[in-house]
Amino acid sequence: MWDYIKLIALGLAAALAAYAASQARDLPYMVNMIEAMLAAVIAFIWILRTMGDPKPSKNEYCDGVIRAGVIATTFWGVVGFLVAVIIAFQLAFPQLNLEFGNGMLNFGRLRPLHTSAVIFAFGGNALIASAFYVVQRTSAARLFGGNSLGWFVFWGWQLIIVMAASSYLLGGSQGREYAEMNWHIDLWITVVWVAYLLAFLGTIFKRKEPHIYVANWFYLSFIVTIAMLHLVNNLAIPVSIFGSKSVQVMSGVQDAMTQWWYGHNAVGFFLTAGFLGMMYYFVPKQAERPVYSYKLSIVHFWALIFLYIWAGPHHLHYTALPDWASTLGMVMSVILWMPSWGGMINGLMTLSGAWDKLRTDPVIRMMVVSIGFYGMSTFEGPMMSIKAVNSLSHYTDWTIGHVHSGALGWNGMITFGMLYFLTPRLWGRSGLYSLKLVSWHFWLATIGIVLYASSMWVTGIMEGLMWREVDAQGFLVNAFADTVAAKMPMYVVRGCGGVLYLTGGIIMAYNLWATVAKQPKTAEASVAVPAE
Amino acid sequence: MDYHILREFADSWAAAAMLLVFLGAVVWAFRPGSAKTHADTANIPFRHEDKPADPGAGDSLRSDDGATR
Repeated sequence: MWDYIKLIALGLAAALAAYAASQARDLPYMVNMIEAMLAAVIAFIWILRTMGDPKPSKNEYCDGVIRAGVIATTFWGVVGFLVAVIIAFQLAFPQLNLEFGNGMLNFGRLRPLHTSAVIFAFGGNALIASAFYVVQRTSAARLFGGNSLGWFVFWGWQLIIVMAASSYLLGGSQGREYAEMNWHIDLWITVVWVAYLLAFLGTIFKRKEPHIYVANWFYLSFIVTIAMLHLVNNLAIPVSIFGSKSVQVMSGVQDAMTQWWYGHNAVGFFLTAGFLGMMYYFVPKQAERPVYSYKLSIVHFWALIFLYIWAGPHHLHYTALPDWASTLGMVMSVILWMPSWGGMINGLMTLSGAWDKLRTDPVIRMMVVSIGFYGMSTFEGPMMSIKAVNSLSHYTDWTIGHVHSGALGWNGMITFGMLYFLTPRLWGRSGLYSLKLVSWHFWLATIGIVLYASSMWVTGIMEGLMWREVDAQGFLVNAFADTVAAKMPMYVVRGCGGVLYLTGGIIMAYNLWATVAKQPKTAEASVAVPAE
Repeated sequence: MDYHILREFADSWAAAAMLLVFLGAVVWAFRPGSAKTHADTANIPFRHEDKPADPGAGDSLRSDDGATR
């Protein structure tokens, strides 16, 4: 019965998408609707062919969707890093905005493709897969909604990525930082996100453990807050339901504040709270000891939740935003340093008594470095939010360096650690194919980040100083083009750092593939049997 | 909707109430007897790695002494 309803819904969706594509007013919208139609048709055929198949046992975890998530995370990670390297060298050598790209492959189109690929495709898949893994294990319950809901979230998310990526390349963008997706993609994101929330929360509701483990608190706050941010930031009225253009409801400084309330909390909840959920599960698992202080983790959680939401205005110092609002944002950002470091200490000290593992286990080394970068970037961030510092750093490459020490160091490294942890367990292999390759990945990625961050510090501070330099008569000394010329060598260094990071990612992809393909299966599901 | 809403909020008792809720959460974390609960909760990742809990086991799996099983 349920399957027939699904078939009818998918059939209708395919027909509507086909009609919308035929009426489309612009190319990005038409391509998006064709993609939506194809997705609906493929899902229709798949459901038709699997109808009446025996239902999977209720007494096992839904791991298929997590395996797919691990593959997708690895794939989109390498894609995102590759686009990153291309645009880094486009900045150094503008000739790389190639003629044949015909406007589609130049920096302006590729840049949102890069940010969305690494944040939403790489980070988002990592968060969805790890959340499904963690919530099932720590609730001792099968995923709510079973395979159907899990696969809906997974494939729904991939469709978002494909639609957004093709839309950016064809010029479809609403021009909002980290939220460039047009209104029709935003609606689809909302549907998928509600399904994600439902699957996660439903699993917590039917948990067999009396308490909700702290990692789930972080994951849940991430899912709920992102839902709220997404809805408010994307309030827009479409010009036509058959076109991708829409008009924002808010304007002027209110709109700017809304964008940075979204932008900063996307960092705070998507890239911090969600990944802290990962840290609070995978670091104790890999270190084989419980988190250092459970009380500290509770304080960490509540302090982070109460503070982060205020920090957005620090992106708008010395603008039309009233002084009191930017001061508020600055003060809250500085206070935020405390819970961040509380969390860092909690993660690092989980290894107390097991520090020797750092020598033998490159996976835990990766996790520790990631927590180190979490601490570093959450120190740098509050410092940069101070108005006096911000007057030098704002609009310079220092900001880009800061973002990447957080994104490559913290988010990237903890995700790599998570992938190395999950792959042997999910495919029932006794261990990773090669720890030596993990070491290679570790060093390539670390040196890549160091090159990236240090070159951006140099170029950022240099450019900030050049912009404010005045001569004896009070005239500006440097033209904008002078700073661009002076930055060239640092841009090349940054690009090389990116090449190292990308190489590390490719080595990881090979290692994970070989773990599954070149090793015999040893167990049905996971390897370690818990001590009863 | 504009940023004055934020101002109203920051100026009012709402901000103080949020601070109190936060302090309440911290005090609650340090309540007497929480150490045993937390030791048990912190060990959740080390059980049920392979399979969900047995459906017949009922809702609460925590043993009375709070130890890991």
